[in-house]
Amino acid sequence: MMNTDVANPPGAVSMAPVSFEVNGKRCELVLDTRTTLLDALREHLQLTGTKKGCDHGQCGACTVLVNGIRINSCLTLAVMHEDDGITTIEGLGTPDDLHPMQAAFIKHDGFQCGYCTPGQICSAVAVLGEIEADVPSHVTGDLTARAEASDAELRERMSGNICRCGAYSNILEAMREVAGESA
Amino acid sequence: MKPFTFERATTPAAAAATAANVPNAKFIAGGTNLLDLMKLQIETPAHIIDLTKLDLDRIEDTSDGGLRIGALVTNTNLAANGRVRREYGVLSRAVVAGASGQLRNKATTAGNLVQRTRCPYFYDTNQPCNKRRPGSGCAAIGGVTRQLAVIGVSDACIATNPSDMSIAMRALDATVETVKPDGSTRAIPIADFHHLPGATPHIETALAPGELITSVKLPKPVGGKHVYRKVRDRASYAFALVSVAAIVQPDGSGRVAVGGIAPKPWRIEAAETELPRGAKAVATRLLDGAKPTSENAFKLRLVERTLAAVLADAKAPA
Repeated sequence: MMNTDVANPPGAVSMAPVSFEVNGKRCELVLDTRTTLLDALREHLQLTGTKKGCDHGQCGACTVLVNGIRINSCLTLAVMHEDDGITTIEGLGTPDDLHPMQAAFIKHDGFQCGYCTPGQICSAVAVLGEIEADVPSHVTGDLTARAEASDAELRERMSGNICRCGAYSNILEAMREVAGESA
Repeated sequence: MKPFTFERATTPAAAAATAANVPNAKFIAGGTNLLDLMKLQIETPAHIIDLTKLDLDRIEDTSDGGLRIGALVTNTNLAANGRVRREYGVLSRAVVAGASGQLRNKATTAGNLVQRTRCPYFYDTNQPCNKRRPGSGCAAIGGVTRQLAVIGVSDACIATNPSDMSIAMRALDATVETVKPDGSTRAIPIADFHHLPGATPHIETALAPGELITSVKLPKPVGGKHVYRKVRDRASYAFALVSVAAIVQPDGSGRVAVGGIAPKPWRIEAAETELPRGAKAVATRLLDGAKPTSENAFKLRLVERTLAAVLADAKAPA
């Protein structure tokens, strides 16, 4: 059991150690307990691909994969991720070796300003994984059957990622292409 | 965010004892609601107890044919569970009607039950709010009230309970299982779990200080057609104006719980005897004593119409 000093004077900054893997690399940090996973990635590990949009879990710009599951990195404390495996946009692919979803976003022009794009891509990769893993959604017709990667399913499942430029239809096309390849 | 000390819980009972003994301590699991509120300094815990390493993330059959859902089961895993989908469909439907994929991957079953209201006056720290600062007044009364509650309200608070999951849990007669700081356990029927505001809107649940939810138990399945219908301002990722969870039997009898209209999942068992007479009769009984504002009185008609749609869905061949 790890325990920070409960006897700290009230209001004093409390530090705690945490160790996790980011994009396959072990990271050992000692952080102010208030540090979100998003701030740990951006400010302490200089992985600025993951973006801070609303910082309240509403926009999806900070979406990363933790043990393969997509979450909002702004709404989780870094110290709660001991031994977790975190994948950010930098870990999905590189300019020379793009992830198929990154390549599809470029091909279909799935972005304009690009700010929401890392979150969109991480989310899109995870959405196809969730359909594959038989997770139902609000638009799934029959709960006892597997959901398909239909346009309605992809749209509903991406509703936690906001794009102010409005690249939604091209994001959908990119996802449709990758879903078709993996089907 | 205010500074806080942090520890990882080792057992549920130890976590409950710590929460009762350390001043201003809070549990954290998914964190999707608590951290949001901590950033706004609406919640300002001095000590955080991380529950996520506890062994409370399983869904198991109970000996009486029901289901026990661990407190830490995520919304996603709850909605995706095979038995929940087949035998408690209204619950699966309600869960996927809420939040976003990312949030459901983190948010937990117990956390969903104790999430705070999304009343804009609760969130705006420049405004008085009897939930946030007891005795300071309610800025929502006389304010912008379109989203707010129409029944079960008091002169101190008109906030709604924002949960979709809890509405289905209420229709299913779930039981909330807890451990207290002294190590004893108890089971709280979902009907008694959420409190109406009365003069103490800051007291939202039946939980005693330090008491920790360990699981939610569902009785054995009751069959019937399960429907959850949510009416909201967007097609996805928005809180309910009105939602209806219903389980309708082939003979027309059934259960109805309503969300988006009250400080707790709203179910009046006596109203269900009106089901053979249709949505209007049920809604009239269900909403008896409602105190809407001019801005949210539309919710009364909307309950009736949503229920009518739900009953039509329930009658339609599968």
